[in-house]
Amino acid sequence: MEIIMAILAGILFTMGVYNLLQKQLLRIIIGTGLISHGAHLFILTMGELKTGAPPVLTEGVENYTDPLPQALILTSIVISFGVTSLLLVLAYRAAKINGTDNMEQLRGNDYE
Amino acid sequence: MSNLAVLPILLPLLAGIFLAFIHKKTKLVRILSKAFAIINLLVAGVIFMQVRNNGNIVLEMGSWDAPFGIVLVADLLAMTLVFTTNIIAVASVFFAPQSLSEKEESFYFYTFFFMLISGVSGAFLTGDLFNLFVFFEVLLMASYGLIVLGNGKAQLRESIKYVLINLFSSMLFVTTIAFLYSVVGTVNMAQAAQRVHEVEQQGILTTIAILFFFVFATKAAVFPLYYWLPRPYISPNPVVSALFGALLTKVGVYSILRTFTLIFNQEVELTHTLFIYLAALTMIFGVVGALSTNNIKLIVAYNIIPAVGFMLMGIGIFTEVSITGTIYYLVHDMVIKGALFILVGATAYVAGTSDLRKMGGLIHHYPVLGWLMFLASLVLAGIPPFSGFIGKLLLLRGGLGEEEIFIVIIALISSLLILFSMIRIFISGYWGEKMDIPVPERKKKGKRMALPAAGLLTVSILLGVGAEWFFPTIEIIAQYMMDPELYIDSVLKE
Repeated sequence: MEIIMAILAGILFTMGVYNLLQKQLLRIIIGTGLISHGAHLFILTMGELKTGAPPVLTEGVENYTDPLPQALILTSIVISFGVTSLLLVLAYRAAKINGTDNMEQLRGNDYE
Repeated sequence: MSNLAVLPILLPLLAGIFLAFIHKKTKLVRILSKAFAIINLLVAGVIFMQVRNNGNIVLEMGSWDAPFGIVLVADLLAMTLVFTTNIIAVASVFFAPQSLSEKEESFYFYTFFFMLISGVSGAFLTGDLFNLFVFFEVLLMASYGLIVLGNGKAQLRESIKYVLINLFSSMLFVTTIAFLYSVVGTVNMAQAAQRVHEVEQQGILTTIAILFFFVFATKAAVFPLYYWLPRPYISPNPVVSALFGALLTKVGVYSILRTFTLIFNQEVELTHTLFIYLAALTMIFGVVGALSTNNIKLIVAYNIIPAVGFMLMGIGIFTEVSITGTIYYLVHDMVIKGALFILVGATAYVAGTSDLRKMGGLIHHYPVLGWLMFLASLVLAGIPPFSGFIGKLLLLRGGLGEEEIFIVIIALISSLLILFSMIRIFISGYWGEKMDIPVPERKKKGKRMALPAAGLLTVSILLGVGAEWFFPTIEIIAQYMMDPELYIDSVLKE
């Protein structure tokens, strides 16, 4: 199970990096979303996956799921939601004010 | 008693939230934010003295015992940096009304500002790696808000790159924490430090260490990960530049210092030798960048990079003397970068341009600003008896003690080039033919802008001249950093 999840996280990372390297702003944002999903899956995998085991350790329970990665993911998901929505708004404003969403034209060589 | 540790995070957070409600009453907000910043500085000072006299304050959030819950650890290093952060905050609050337009101020500048201070303090105080990530996000979110304040073309363009770079490194940070969790089974720094010795495979831990270094180095702008830094730092308002230049990269340096003295001190030959080489390259490339441009703001922004190189050099040499040097330089650099960004902001404002070729003779109109700029350049380059000199002296002594002659020579040369790049601003901006730009209202504002920078410079000169007062404390911190057991014992109480 862990192997499958690790491969899935790897695929998400690959797709994310591929999209991150594009020129169009929206595709870059989709790339960041995919990477953060990959990272979240990866945390879950690192705590070892067990089906049907309770996430809390009480008396009489021998086999339990580690609850910490789930708590970490929850925090991380909220943060990546926030950043993604901010990035979308930012990209919208930037594209509107600069008149383009192509990263080639947003290079900024006018400081010198 | 241990609840004190949360105050440097909580007070700015509450101040920020409160100021969001009254953001339209600009005059009231200005007075209140100054008051909040000063109160915060005093509180940080009190906690600092407490820690200095009675040892570490460890706050276990929600009364969960240390390795299971989140802990805040107020040790001397963290409190020194929190105190310095609050000095910068006070200066910035006094500079903000001069630098920002009224509209920008009412668009939640002070809210974002206090959130940033809260996040930075939190990153210094936390004793838990995942919480470090959370506080990184808190301060980054506030910085995203600050960088786009003003809605300019260049600002929006540069902010996208800034957000993307930081988002990518944050995701890598989370991934690396997951790696570390799977190997040592904890995210608490003290427990991780303890368990790192027990893990059989040192190879995978070194890989994780390098990944962590990659993440923190991106935030701290170490070669070759500094390319994103200069432009986003100069596009926002000068007061925002001052905050960024003084605080944000230093959080990265602090994280490297903390994790690599506490947790990853196993394969010193590999990681710390890497640090020394990267420090050398960081110094060279930063200085070359500073010399390559005629934009005064860009010169100062590029000068952040060699400073990071100096601090990394101290961590790489990894002796007590060099760590003392790193901490001294860290405090010095926070103060002086704040002052310099305020000064170049003021210079660009009074000259009406930030291009060196278009200005000249400003000293006839603004003698105070000119001499402050001159003094700040000397402090930055480390001319004795200023604070930069003490930090560099310690670093060089550490380097010579370990016979790392090569890095010492590069550090000396780059110091000279830093002085050259900074004095260029003074020579072609302030010296020379009298320029006819006496705009009266600018003149009045320009003088008021010099005041916060003068305050920061005073602190900086005190750090240098009064080194005898500060040195013992910083030496204690370095001894403490070199002995991770002290940290582990104070957190886990065994």
